[in-house]
Amino acid sequence: MKENINWKIGGQAGYGIMVTGLMFAKTCLRHGWEVFCYTEYPSLIRGGHNTYQVHAAKDKVNSQKKKIEVLVALDQNTVTKHLLELSAGGVIIFDPEKVKVNLKKNLKVQSLAIPIAKISKEICDSDLMKDTVALGASLALYKADFKILVSVIKDVFKSKSAEIIKQNIEAAKKGYDAVKPNSKIKVLAKLSKIKSASKIIVTGNEAIGLGALAAGCKFYVAYPMTPATALLHFMAKNERAYDLVVKQAEDEIAVINMAIGASFTGVRSMCATSGGGFALMNESFGFSGIAEIPLVLMEGQRTGPATGLPTWTGQGDLLFAINASHGEFLRIVVAPGDVQEAFTAAVSAFNLAEKYQLPVIILTDKYLIESPQSTKIFSTKGIKIDRGQILIQSQLNKIKDFKRYKFTSSGISPRSLPGAKGGEHQANSDDHDEYGFSTEDIKTRNRMMAKRAKKIQNLIKELPDPKIYGNKKASRTVICWGSTKMPVLEALKQNNNFKVVHLQYLCPFPVKFFTKNIINPQKSMIIEGNHTAQLKQLIRQQTGLNISKTLLKYDGRPFYPEEIIEAVKRL
Amino acid sequence: MPENLNIKSYETPVKPSWCPGCGNHAIWVALRQALVKMKIKPWEVAFTFGIGCNSNGANFIKGYILHALHGRPLPCAEAIRWTNHKLKAVIAIGGDGDSFGIGLSHFIHACRRNVDVLYLTHDNQIYGLTTGQTSPTSVKGFKSKSTPFGNIEEPINPLALALSNGASFVARGFAGETEHLTSLIINGIKHRGFALIDVFQPCITFNHLNTFAWFRERVYKLEETNYQPTNKKLAWQKSLELGHKIPLGLFYQERKATYFDELPQLKKEALVEKSLKNINLNKALEEYQ
Repeated sequence: MKENINWKIGGQAGYGIMVTGLMFAKTCLRHGWEVFCYTEYPSLIRGGHNTYQVHAAKDKVNSQKKKIEVLVALDQNTVTKHLLELSAGGVIIFDPEKVKVNLKKNLKVQSLAIPIAKISKEICDSDLMKDTVALGASLALYKADFKILVSVIKDVFKSKSAEIIKQNIEAAKKGYDAVKPNSKIKVLAKLSKIKSASKIIVTGNEAIGLGALAAGCKFYVAYPMTPATALLHFMAKNERAYDLVVKQAEDEIAVINMAIGASFTGVRSMCATSGGGFALMNESFGFSGIAEIPLVLMEGQRTGPATGLPTWTGQGDLLFAINASHGEFLRIVVAPGDVQEAFTAAVSAFNLAEKYQLPVIILTDKYLIESPQSTKIFSTKGIKIDRGQILIQSQLNKIKDFKRYKFTSSGISPRSLPGAKGGEHQANSDDHDEYGFSTEDIKTRNRMMAKRAKKIQNLIKELPDPKIYGNKKASRTVICWGSTKMPVLEALKQNNNFKVVHLQYLCPFPVKFFTKNIINPQKSMIIEGNHTAQLKQLIRQQTGLNISKTLLKYDGRPFYPEEIIEAVKRL
Repeated sequence: MPENLNIKSYETPVKPSWCPGCGNHAIWVALRQALVKMKIKPWEVAFTFGIGCNSNGANFIKGYILHALHGRPLPCAEAIRWTNHKLKAVIAIGGDGDSFGIGLSHFIHACRRNVDVLYLTHDNQIYGLTTGQTSPTSVKGFKSKSTPFGNIEEPINPLALALSNGASFVARGFAGETEHLTSLIINGIKHRGFALIDVFQPCITFNHLNTFAWFRERVYKLEETNYQPTNKKLAWQKSLELGHKIPLGLFYQERKATYFDELPQLKKEALVEKSLKNINLNKALEEYQ
């Protein structure tokens, strides 16, 4: 059995659960381990129930697990809600002064009582340090190197005062020492230091932000909306160091129009939102389509409709993204499956948007963009910036009669940027002729529609195919898209009797892949986070294949590898 | 071209389709006159338009034009200014529906941001392109196809709204006073910061109340009085003067930092000029190890 850490901390919002969880994960990372973190929190600032779960192992971890070995219960609610998630032999860490734990006899769980609040009070005269005390105790159980935890505390609290850092280290130490080396309470895994390539721990939001910086994004605009808000924070934080302008606009309609305006001048621009914000952007999304103005937009799905479950995940917007806005126009929809794909997809989105002069949606969800996970350090090596066809002044000087929307065999017409003489034109939301002037002429309208649609021919050749993972000879096939790749690959680690087809580029749809690869619809199952099996609908619409089985979820929670393994048995 | 820059330099092959006698013609002339007088060439200016009779003007003027959706010329114009502050002018053009109806929120926010954009609102107090409905600036009691028994709402006061939200250049023009409007536009472009020029533009086809004659009986120029456009309180009072006498001209102007002045990353080159070469992620990656 491979060593795994599955640790969870729970408590009220405002307890510092998120920071503590991240420190636990970073401590694992700095021991050379891989990590995946999953957080749950309600849509309020204080008092609600927060959890932070870390799955760590010496090899790649792709998702959280249902079963945990250590549960830190900072409040009673955590015991009530999560005690049964502990696997046999698991440990519950709690403060007997604050929390009551009644272990039934059939529940083979060890309890580790630590006077967490008392220790905290001794240090800072309040229970403010309780999460750090619990962190120290947790890491003692896993026999972690305390020096590494100290380095993490110092880095995470870098912006805080020396006093706060000192108090946190002391709290961690006292928590650590509260677990005696000869204690009978034991966990299976030992967080030993291993040699491995340097890694980072990032969320999907951060991966996309880093991709945007690497791609030369110079204008970022957004209106706060969970789960995409952290991307706004990331870009704002990097505004000065990376020479970009970050704008929080008055609403999502302003957001998308600002992104379009910025792109019109030739700046690489980006905006992000969630489903509700994207709904507001829809009309202008089509403006990018008809005026052929490059646009990069991240849609971080949460559970809809309307306000829905605002801080929970879902994959309910696939068909919405593919069909967004009225009228017909080409767009790209890419749904990265992990942080590495998120970084790459962000870079590609800028290139594709400019090369093909169209809108690109990076379709993510709360699960991907708010779950920190370890990955190799992102590098700009090998990244190519393709700005597409932009006419510079010397090229424009040679053109007597510039037509911004010139009919070409590829459907792509070279564009000019404000300031360049001879490139004046109208980027028009009305349909238009080759110059950009409004027209309702039948022939021109038809040719212009055909020109815009024609771009698909080269585009489809360039987009990566869906990826196949797992046992390629297996007849059982699991088909998924976007972030569901993560728990599916984790399930595959435990049970290699199926293959996985993961779709990342969903629009234009990779029809050819389904003609090249034989997929037996009777032995296939679609796993996705929505109620109406949207990918199943899409595959049937695009290929005629009717995949027989589905595993669907629309309760705001991500899939767990355990339930995927169970479902595959039905195939 | 610069030596013979003239009003025709700003024309396109498309001839205006506005109704003969429409106030839009005069604004179109004034705008081009202003640009020519300032020796700004068509490729040095960006225009954004909304949707409405006025915004069909996107087809009749030469320049870099973003003909946006209804209500959205301002956010587009703001972003154009942020990303290329070296353009000689960024001019957003909309009607009263664009500006004070569907796009009202953008207008208020542009005022407080003090972005260096000239906003030229063609205010005909009616929806013309949709064949005559009551607009946000239609007066109370106004009868139209959408309010056959008379409008029961108070009109928006664009100037008072601009003043109360920090706009640093607030003016009103009239399509019947082309020369006066030209000089307002020149000053609006020269102004560093957000400039509103609300232009009375009689719709001769659908608005039979606010006609050229109706305005001529009422309007007077602030410049011909001893009014000084430096006092916000006085400007506020003037903005409420909408009875039998209606002032035209510059109500208020104030020098203050524009959005651009506040951003150190724009001190040297414009955003659009930033190099995308040799981007190093190390600094951004620091905290994730």
